[in-house]
Parts: sequence; C-alpha cells; structure tokens
Amino acid sequence: MPELRELYQQVIVDHNRNPRHRGRPAHHTHEAAGDNPLCGDRITVFVDVEGGVIRDIGFEGAGCAISTASASLMTSAVVGKPVEEAERLFAAFHSMVVDPAAPADPRALGKLAAFAGVRGFPARVKCANLAWHTLHAALRADGERVSTE
Amino acid sequence: MTTTARAPLGAPARARFDVERVRADFPLLQQRVADGRPLVYLDNAATTQKPRQVIDAISRFYSEDNANIHRGVYDLCERATRLYEGARIRTARFVNAGDDREIVFVRGTTEGVNLVAQSFCKPRLAAGDEVLVSAMEHHSNIVPWQLICGEKGARLRVIPMNERGELVLDGLDALLGPRTRMVAVGHVSNALGTINPVKEIVARAHAKGIPVLVDGAQALPHLRVDVRDLGCDFYAASGHKVFGPTGIGFLYGTLEHLEAMPPYQGGGDMIRSVSFAGTTYAPPPARFEAGTPNIAGAVGMAAALEYVGALDWEAVVAHEAELLAHATQALTAVPGLRIIGTAAEKVGVVSFVLEGAHAHDVGTIVDQDGVAVRTGHHCAQPVMEFFGIPATARASFAFYNTHAEVDALASAVARVREVLG
Repeated sequence: MPELRELYQQVIVDHNRNPRHRGRPAHHTHEAAGDNPLCGDRITVFVDVEGGVIRDIGFEGAGCAISTASASLMTSAVVGKPVEEAERLFAAFHSMVVDPAAPADPRALGKLAAFAGVRGFPARVKCANLAWHTLHAALRADGERVSTE
Repeated sequence: MTTTARAPLGAPARARFDVERVRADFPLLQQRVADGRPLVYLDNAATTQKPRQVIDAISRFYSEDNANIHRGVYDLCERATRLYEGARIRTARFVNAGDDREIVFVRGTTEGVNLVAQSFCKPRLAAGDEVLVSAMEHHSNIVPWQLICGEKGARLRVIPMNERGELVLDGLDALLGPRTRMVAVGHVSNALGTINPVKEIVARAHAKGIPVLVDGAQALPHLRVDVRDLGCDFYAASGHKVFGPTGIGFLYGTLEHLEAMPPYQGGGDMIRSVSFAGTTYAPPPARFEAGTPNIAGAVGMAAALEYVGALDWEAVVAHEAELLAHATQALTAVPGLRIIGTAAEKVGVVSFVLEGAHAHDVGTIVDQDGVAVRTGHHCAQPVMEFFGIPATARASFAFYNTHAEVDALASAVARVREVLG
C-alpha cells in the first residue's frame, strides 16, 4: 500500500492549512463553478485575464485537503502566466495524476510535482483535478458547471 | 416495532456472543491488508460481508440446481422452482408476512420503492396531492416520490428532525392532511443510525386512512422485523445489507394492495394470457416479477436469512449495543471530533466530523491502518444540509465486528490530525 506521506506531502499539508488566493479577486473576467458530487467538494474559480495573461486569480469553496491544496497551488502556479501556459500546466498536471507512466517533472511542474503521490490513491485523483478542470472551464468561458462525475 | 423478546426474569444469564466463532464463517474477514494487519471492515451500512453458508448456497445452486424456473416439466426445473419459491417462503417467515404471495422479489430496496411509487401511488395521485417522507431519508426514498409528484403536480412534504437526528412527530397529525396520499419513511437511517418509531407513524397515518411504505434496508441487519406488528402496507429491503448477495431484495406488500395494483414492468412470467388483442396479468407476486428473476440471488438471500435467523438474537443485539457504546465513547474522546446523529434509539452506526479534516481525508488516512469506513454524503444530502456539513465519515457495525476493531478505528482516527499537520 502506498505511503500516506507520499499523498500528504509537506507542501500539500501547508497549502491546505493556509490556502493562497482564497477569495474573489477585486476584478475578474472569467469564472466557473465545479463540484465533485461523490464527496461534496465545491469550488468556484475566478480569473482576471488581460491581454492573454492571467493577471489575477482566486477561488472559493470547501473541500478536502487534496482539493484545497490543489486549488491553492494551482492558483499560485498560474498567476501572472499566459493562458496558454496555464493550459499547458493543466495538461501536464492531469497526465501526472492519472498516468502512472508519466514522469513528475519538477522542472515543468515545480511545486505541483508534490501531487505525484495522488497516483497511488485512485479514489483521490478527482480531488486533485477538480480545481484544474474548473479553471479550464473558466478560461473556455462556456459557463458550464464542471463535474468530476 | 418488534425487536427481540426479553429473557424472562430469573432466567440463567446467557452466554456472551461468541464473535470469533461467527467471524470464522466470513471468509473475507480473514484477510490482511498490505502490511499484515487485519482488515477492519466498518462499512456494513453500505454492504455486509457474506458468510460461507451464503456463498456455498449460491455456488451449489449453479453447480447442481440451475434451470429457469416455472413452466418446465423436467425435474431440474422443478428443483430450481422449488428453491426459488422456497426462498420466498423463508423471506415471508423472516418478516412474519401472513402469506408468501405478499413477498415480491426485486433487485433491492430501491426497486421496491420505485415499484410502489409507480404501481400503487402514482395512479392515486392528482395535482395538489401530497406524499410525505422524512428529513432523514436516503435518496432512494426521496427521488422515486419526486418523480411521480413532478409528473402529477403533487407535492413532497417532509417530517422534520431535531439536532440529535430524531424525527419530530409533534406536527405529524397536521402533516397527515386531507391531500396526503402516501407516507414513505425509513425504519433506520443509513447516515445517522436512528431507529424511527415507524409503528407509531403507521398507526397515526392509518388513523386517517393513509398507506405507509417502510424502507427497511438498514433495519433488517439489526432488528427483528415483524411487518404485521408494524402494520405497514409495504416494506422494502435488500439482500446484500443482510449478509446476502447484491442484486436481490424483496418488497412486502399486503395482498389486498398487491392484487389491486397494475404491473410495474411487462414481460414473461407476469401474464396470465397474451394476445395481440390484449393481455391479462398473473396474480401477485408473479405480476411484479417480469422476466427471468435473480434465482440464485433469491436462494442466496434465503440462506442469509436462515443464517441470521439461527443466531442467538438477544446476544447479537447486546453485542451490537456494546459496540455502539464503545465506539461512541472512544470516538468522542478524539479531540475535535463531533458525532452526527445522537438519537436515543440507534443501531451501530457512528457518523462523525473532525475539525480541520475533511471526511475524505479521514477515510484515506484510516484506510492506511486497514480500517474501511465510508465517507461522503451517504446518499442523504438533505441530512448533510440539515447539519450544515458537506460530508461525514461513517463507521457502521455488524455483529461480526469486535471491540478490538473499535479500538483500531479510534486510534486510526486519532492519527488523522497528525498526518494533516
């Protein structure tokens, strides 16, 4: 059985206890809501995009340690980055948590590589992915509610 | 509600429940988790494990007795039919139905509720009518009624509960109004463990001529159920919650009601005669059992009821009460832990929340110690909403659980905050 410490790494524990970018930014151009009906996690992501760059970002909602830390680390990773860069990170993150063969490349993913441990806990992959799917929906701005189910 | 007969005063003290002997009947419980610790299975409200006697009965049916039932003239078909109908008789006796034709085999409690909603209630429902459920129902005793209410323009009303998770019956007589066409209430709450006073609810509904369905999914593994003593019109339950296989359950309905109800599904075995000009239907229970049923499932469920029926029930009830008291006390001692559902009358279900930890994290962390509990909304989102929480972790006990397992749960839960920093 995989070790708990691989899942609840220090950086994840820290971001769960002290989430960054929590709350609604002063101004936003895009938003989307997502939920994980299985465990009741709910999140809304607000993004302020100007000239193709994520100027500001924030999230609201309640969830488990993995989903909260994921939202916190995600918002920290994409703020100030071009939208294409955020989408590229989403793809890299997604393949890291679902594909056992995908490398958790610290150069490409930075602190997000801490979520590589989620692979050992298939029931928790949706928790890690929720914020990212919601961000992706917000950027596409199709206004559809995101669900991990 | 009938639970268990008390031993007469002056009777010799009974032997304690021999949990180790019972556990030996359950092959799955013998397994160890990856690091060699025993599996601690505390998700019995989701599904129970199966004793060897049930597994063997199913295996024997397929090895020796399998044929399609009814209408065959050969011996094997006779045998399979006898086993299937024998399962019906055993089920009828287990819940003290007056007639085995009052037992309809269904896929589970959910199908039983849907059958009653569609065949019994919907034809009686008009715009402005009401169906009454309780605040602690499982989704499967809410949604089937919402479906027919939506279709007919009827209204779903709710018996409220208090902070302990007990139904508040003060206003029940007012809720049972002139437009109430049906009451549907759970015997035992899956999320809270509360035992509801269904006999009283039936009596008060019947005083106004309103029929009552009881969702017995969570009651059967913990209580001796007597449908005639309860007086209910319908009682639905699932085999897998009571140590039998999945995909089989039963609906008890009074013959008077079943005979007056139209079929639920059309198909083979539910007809008297078919022509393109029209079809006449078989009498109950066949009328409600279209198609080849889950024959082996019925045989397995009957074996489970036989197994449960042979246990020293008084000792089972005492053992489960001790487990519940122990778990309640041990978990309450964990800092920041709050038990959700503290009714005076409860079965062995302990739902809880832990300050600073989401139920999902609790579930993952205790699983590392081999402790299997369920986390989430337990298909009872209105209950979670009432308590203002997204989810709980829930430990639910069966008679084969031990005090050592309660200790394992408590120490695993105590570790959660350590892991989450």
